[in-house]
Amino acid sequence: MSATTTGVSTAAVAGAGGVDPETPVRAARRSRGWWRWVVFAVLGLYFLVPLAASVWFTVRDRARGGVSADVYAGIPTAEGFAENFGRSLALGALTVLIALLLMVPTVVLVELRLPRLRPLVELLTLVPLLLPPIALVVGVRSVLAWAPEYFFRTPLAEAFFALQEPALPWILVLVYVVLALPFVYRALDAGVRGAQLRTLTEAARVLGASWPRVMLTVVLPVLRTSVLNAAFLTLALVLGEFTVANILGFETFPTWIVRISGSQPQLSVAVSVLSLLLTWALLLLISALDRRRREEDPA
Amino acid sequence: MEPGDLRLSTATVPAAPASRRGRRRGGLLPALGLLPFLLYIAVFLLLPVGVLAVEAFRAVDPVTFEESWSTANLGTVTGGAYARAYLGSLRLSAITAVLGAVLGLALAFAIVTSRRGRLLRRLVLTASGVLANFGGVPLAFAFLATIGNAGVVTALLTGPLGLDGFSLYSMAGLAVVYLYFLVPLMVLTIIPAIEALRPQWREAADVLGASGWQYWRHVGGPVLAPPVLGATMLLFASAFAAYATAKALVGSSVPLVTLQIADSLSSNVVVGAENLGKALALGMVVLVGLVMVFYTWVQRRTSRWLA
Repeated sequence: MSATTTGVSTAAVAGAGGVDPETPVRAARRSRGWWRWVVFAVLGLYFLVPLAASVWFTVRDRARGGVSADVYAGIPTAEGFAENFGRSLALGALTVLIALLLMVPTVVLVELRLPRLRPLVELLTLVPLLLPPIALVVGVRSVLAWAPEYFFRTPLAEAFFALQEPALPWILVLVYVVLALPFVYRALDAGVRGAQLRTLTEAARVLGASWPRVMLTVVLPVLRTSVLNAAFLTLALVLGEFTVANILGFETFPTWIVRISGSQPQLSVAVSVLSLLLTWALLLLISALDRRRREEDPA
Repeated sequence: MEPGDLRLSTATVPAAPASRRGRRRGGLLPALGLLPFLLYIAVFLLLPVGVLAVEAFRAVDPVTFEESWSTANLGTVTGGAYARAYLGSLRLSAITAVLGAVLGLALAFAIVTSRRGRLLRRLVLTASGVLANFGGVPLAFAFLATIGNAGVVTALLTGPLGLDGFSLYSMAGLAVVYLYFLVPLMVLTIIPAIEALRPQWREAADVLGASGWQYWRHVGGPVLAPPVLGATMLLFASAFAAYATAKALVGSSVPLVTLQIADSLSSNVVVGAENLGKALALGMVVLVGLVMVFYTWVQRRTSRWLA
């Protein structure tokens, strides 16, 4: 237990701005930081070995021995890759658009005019995090089944069928927006809270700006990193989502990976590793941007 | 002017009438602004779950193909292979949630307390974000390449070392893979709580002569307990709902509810299997709901204990 204590006191110090308190207590404790290295070593191995092994799995050449990057070179021309990756990107872009159009006004409104409704909105956006997506999608499937059963030959049924066009299944977009709500809400809410939006919008209103103008020229610029963050999280969610697409029977990027895994195991692993690393790189980039902005205006 | 108005205008000095009128007019309009969000939630979240709750009680007669109200689905779902699937899912999620919480807590402490940790912190946090939320299918394949039948590490272990007996395509194998996204999820959710521990509390405890154990027993532990519990519950829900990883890894050879649901939906053989899938899904919602109720109960007890 004393090992963990070490941690907190130094952590707390770092959190308080990196000021070193010259207390003898801390000097005595620092020597017991070995537990941290045990944790890093064990978990580091656990997290790095599968990644390294996957890369090795994709580059080794079993027939001739040695190493080759043929699998990676073959990704762009692989059967079905361009089509399904393109479809997943399109679904992602649409999901981002709808989620932002829905949530930016909602979050700003709750912050500025309806703070009493914040717990309700918070609770509702938390539900998709706890509700199993497979349960949600079984429900969606049941609702979609109403079209042939009850509304056949009505405009509503036509609309239901239009949502299920395999080339661009809009129903996936609509369900993905629900799955993305927890991430989008949290990212935007953090941005709104940190920005003293109330003061800024009041100032703009007093100076005579209309509400649409306030939204465009004050709120959106202030929220740009949170919007970027929310957009990226949503895009990554859509690019990796398997359950909903699989149960509703549409082919997207992840279901394509699973489909080809039987016949082309190396390709499926290569695409998997690449998508994980690319997502990570993009997230790092956004967090770096976020930090630079915060250093620019520390308010 | 009425006395009431006068009192009000003295309380909030000059702009009282204007702001009051503004608030009254604005009371309805902003609430209308929330309508798109509420409608969206109603149609795409509440309606599907509601339909699930109704249609799970519909059964199809295997001879006449007529639909009627019945609790037969629920009876089927709570017995035999389906009950085993529920138990398997519950056990796997409970074990991995607790393990993930312990390991994640250790990693979170290690990151927060490392002295030159800014770059490390950013690397670990962003990697956690990727693994915790978007891993699913890619994770399964990374592990297949590592310790699957043709995996790189499998060859190392079984060849020169002669180790045998561990199979990735089992409950234990699934647990190993699940931890790969549960530990990062724990790190992400618990780091803010650890950072909220004030250094002054620790200093005050030190000055008053408390030992490390006493600090954790009376200060740090009670403060961290509710968020740790909440995060563990999130891990449980996440493991319980996991489908992509299991599907990509083991097909349907391991008894898990999510796999059973997918099986019953794709079955053309059994009449009314579709409704059975709905009943299974409804069972999942109910179980997650029960865990939530338990969680709020424990949360309330701990907060009373703190007070």
